[in-house]
Amino acid sequence: MDLGLSDEQRQLVDSFTGLLAKASTPEHVRAAEPGGVDQALWATLRDTGAVTMGVAEDHGGWGASLLDLALVAEPLGRACAPAPVIETQVAARLLAAIGTPVALDALGPALAGDHLVTMAVRPPQGGVAALTPAGAVCDAVIVLDAERLLLVPVSDRNRHPVANLADAPLADIDLSPSSSGGGAVELAAGPSAVERYETALDEWLALTAASLVGIGSAALHLGCAYAAERTAFGAPIGTFQGVAHPLADDATHLDGARLLAHKAAWALDSGDARGRELAAMAFAFASRTAEATTYDAVHVHGGYGFMLEYDVQLHYRRARGWARVWGDAEAADARAAEARY
Amino acid sequence: MDFALDAETEAFRTEVRAFLDEHLPPEVEERLYLTGESHDDAFARALGERGWIASEWGPEERPLDPTHAHVLEAELAKAEAPFYAVSTGAMVGRVVAASGSEELRSEVLPGIASGEVTIALGMTEPEAGSDVAAVQTRARPVDGGWVIDGQKMFTTNGHAADHVFLLVRTDPASRRHRGLTTFLVPLDRPGVDVQAVRTISGERTNITYYADVFVEDRWRISEVGDGWRSLMLALQDEHSAPFSPHLARLLEATEQWAATPGVDGAVPLDRPDVRRRLARAATELEVAQLLEARTTWMEANGEVPLAEGPMSKLFSTEAIVRGAEDLTALVGPDALRSRTDPTAVVGGRIEHTLRFSLGTTIYAGTSEVQRNIIAQHRCGLPRA
Repeated sequence: MDLGLSDEQRQLVDSFTGLLAKASTPEHVRAAEPGGVDQALWATLRDTGAVTMGVAEDHGGWGASLLDLALVAEPLGRACAPAPVIETQVAARLLAAIGTPVALDALGPALAGDHLVTMAVRPPQGGVAALTPAGAVCDAVIVLDAERLLLVPVSDRNRHPVANLADAPLADIDLSPSSSGGGAVELAAGPSAVERYETALDEWLALTAASLVGIGSAALHLGCAYAAERTAFGAPIGTFQGVAHPLADDATHLDGARLLAHKAAWALDSGDARGRELAAMAFAFASRTAEATTYDAVHVHGGYGFMLEYDVQLHYRRARGWARVWGDAEAADARAAEARY
Repeated sequence: MDFALDAETEAFRTEVRAFLDEHLPPEVEERLYLTGESHDDAFARALGERGWIASEWGPEERPLDPTHAHVLEAELAKAEAPFYAVSTGAMVGRVVAASGSEELRSEVLPGIASGEVTIALGMTEPEAGSDVAAVQTRARPVDGGWVIDGQKMFTTNGHAADHVFLLVRTDPASRRHRGLTTFLVPLDRPGVDVQAVRTISGERTNITYYADVFVEDRWRISEVGDGWRSLMLALQDEHSAPFSPHLARLLEATEQWAATPGVDGAVPLDRPDVRRRLARAATELEVAQLLEARTTWMEANGEVPLAEGPMSKLFSTEAIVRGAEDLTALVGPDALRSRTDPTAVVGGRIEHTLRFSLGTTIYAGTSEVQRNIIAQHRCGLPRA
């Protein structure tokens, strides 16, 4: 067992943390609302290799592990980064894993940054991929329609951006040939298509779990800093156990959530039989933890906590919004149970 | 990063399991449960023979490193093995080795390491629990030694152990952490009285009374007035005590219940709510194990888990309480059947864990004390 980062991993985290400290400040995050994407940040992240790094080297990527991507997802969450990184990483890895000429044709422009490909994390219903992450800014979406994995072009004709709690770039996407322009291509079909999709979903769940740890950690930091400085009844409120103890629980749960997200990514990387179960568990635990932590951090701020001017609300809304485009913690419990039993 | 145990450590785990199969037969387990005892002489000696009791202070040239010690303790806890008096003995052994006289070291250390000498802990008092610096038990110097007066709570194994590790006040004018001294007191000395205290889990502990108990000066462990430091040294070990195995046992028992058809022929595991709630408990177990593994990993790498030790103790024990509450509710009325009742579900393990869970968030530092430490050392919050 080794819970330490390698030198390369440390450098990776440091470089993204440094980049985000400059290009994804709370001012950037606010300015990107409600659309949810800061184009300058997104271009910088793409140029840094945020999408390319996750793809295998023989498909033009850098061959980073899912664990490496999880290490990057945490600072992205911490900064509430208004850029569609996780969805595009997962979609690119899915195209590379399928590896057919059709899939690789789509992968090339996606890695070059000419074409933004995302993935619908829930199966479409009634011909609509609802609340698709990055749907508001994508050029194409991968959907699992029954047992067919399709790549559907997206334009303003079939995209309906949705104003939402997290100010994320979500859209309802109409998949019908008449509105999508009919350019959908089949990437895979049958049980193997379903399995490819489920594996991509495992990756999305693990990476989102890591981003939720980042969101929660940043909120905890804000809550603790405020509790140490704000006085009431003649003492810093952080000396009151009613204030301090929930924050101590949150710190504990965040550490646990981080370890579990890393373990899930490690298990998926190493082909461990429990990968799917652990990814769902990581999502469930990180989701509950980020919700509780952001709630406590808002509450510690008193009335300031629900003022738009204070940063903590940015984290509160994303702790819920980034996760629930797929489902809540109980849905993840059910997925973990399906894998376990 | 690598979350797998290496092959050598896995082999050690297998060795520990084989040891438990040999030395903890079901009839011993049953007797321990019915009597509430947490010590068994033969079992302790078998542990000692393997060299699994002492750490760096013992006779072994290569004592168990933190990783192996963690695996050993986790397996012992999972099997509900009677090792509490052994582990408290080892805790005190470290302190004796660090600050006891040569005479005391040679008198007790070999016996602790072999499992033949057992030591109970005497810190908590009726009026001093979490605030252990408030102890009132006193030792006053007399010719050739000391005379001790006072009482100690929760002296588990006080009726079975050879000695008690006592934290006492030697300077009557002193306050708080100053003026405390630690002693090792033979429990067969005149003036020592041990009264049984029964707990909700069936476990026996004690209250011990000390009335004019004389000990020679060689039984003193710390320098006079320096007892707080030796107490801290003793408690260092508590950071890594694994509690997650108790949650693992509860989960396994409930999974066994869930896979067994009920009288109506229905298998509980077919119900979506049963699956979700079991998965949630399994998730908490996973987190508890990871937090404990991190504490051990830090220790193995020479780091001090100042906040991380309390985090793993806090999370694991609170997870046992949450799990026991939720899973007994999940099993329903049948979870009320006790371990001693032949009709009990899965041998009554589920009901027993509910009883057992309560103490875990209290002893070895309450959850509130752990949260204070985390708030201070991790969250950077000011002390009250």
